[in-house]
Amino acid sequence: MSSNLRTLCAIGGAGKKTDFFNFDWKAQRWNLIVVLGAILGGFIAHFYLSAPVAMDLNPKTISDLSVLGFENAGDTVLPPELYSWDAVWSVKGMAILIIGGLLVGFGTRYAGGCTSGHAITGLSNLQLPSLIAVIGFFLGGLIMIHLLFPLIFG
Amino acid sequence: MKSIKFLLVGIVFGIILFKSEAVSWYRIYEMFKFESFHMYGIIGTAVLTGMILLWIAKKFQFKNISGGLMDLPNKDKGIKRYLIGGSIFGLGWALAGACPGPMYILLGSGVFSMLIVIAAAILGTYVYGVLKDKLPH
Repeated sequence: MSSNLRTLCAIGGAGKKTDFFNFDWKAQRWNLIVVLGAILGGFIAHFYLSAPVAMDLNPKTISDLSVLGFENAGDTVLPPELYSWDAVWSVKGMAILIIGGLLVGFGTRYAGGCTSGHAITGLSNLQLPSLIAVIGFFLGGLIMIHLLFPLIFG
Repeated sequence: MKSIKFLLVGIVFGIILFKSEAVSWYRIYEMFKFESFHMYGIIGTAVLTGMILLWIAKKFQFKNISGGLMDLPNKDKGIKRYLIGGSIFGLGWALAGACPGPMYILLGSGVFSMLIVIAAAILGTYVYGVLKDKLPH
């Protein structure tokens, strides 16, 4: 999935200054069509295929999150504490979304793939580099949630 | 015609990831806390299905969309880029609770604040492209 980010950079003209984006993005148009499909899929799933039922999260997860200031965990797909406009238009809220996005965009290209490219496709194809990347995904995720979350949200 | 196939792949991908709750920030948090089998089940099933289908596709020489044989290119060898890049990705995945697919799926479900994460991810990819030759791979 993550190659669309590189394609979008190339469409934006990043290839003029940086070789990494200097390729024929029209040949990569398919990943933008998949993106368009994913957006449509999200729309269909949310508006036509969903009943308003809360997620069946582990009660321990819900109480852990409550300690960090996240209330009613699982009532919505995403926490309003991060994604509601009230949260977004605060310095901290905006910083969290921007830093999160930067890390994902930078890391996925550095590692040469994301959850779909390495964890699903790479592992299915028995690729050792993908296994190393997935170990990295977990290393980063565990550090964020166990060490950094208490500092950011505590 | 090809475009419609890619669009369909995206739509199915979007519906499945949304309905399985794999796009949920809460589920990702729960996974990293090892408090539920949910996400491991989804990823594990996907990998197992992928393995079996890839094996069948290779064995029976399925054709891909351009008419060639179904095959996946091997990933370049190396450790550093995968471990460092992967860890950076993991930090962002856990913080924003969205990876490059779900970002768009969630946008489609009406979460417009996700546009900020998407814009930042595009910028992050751009920064990688600029710094690429200076980074250990």
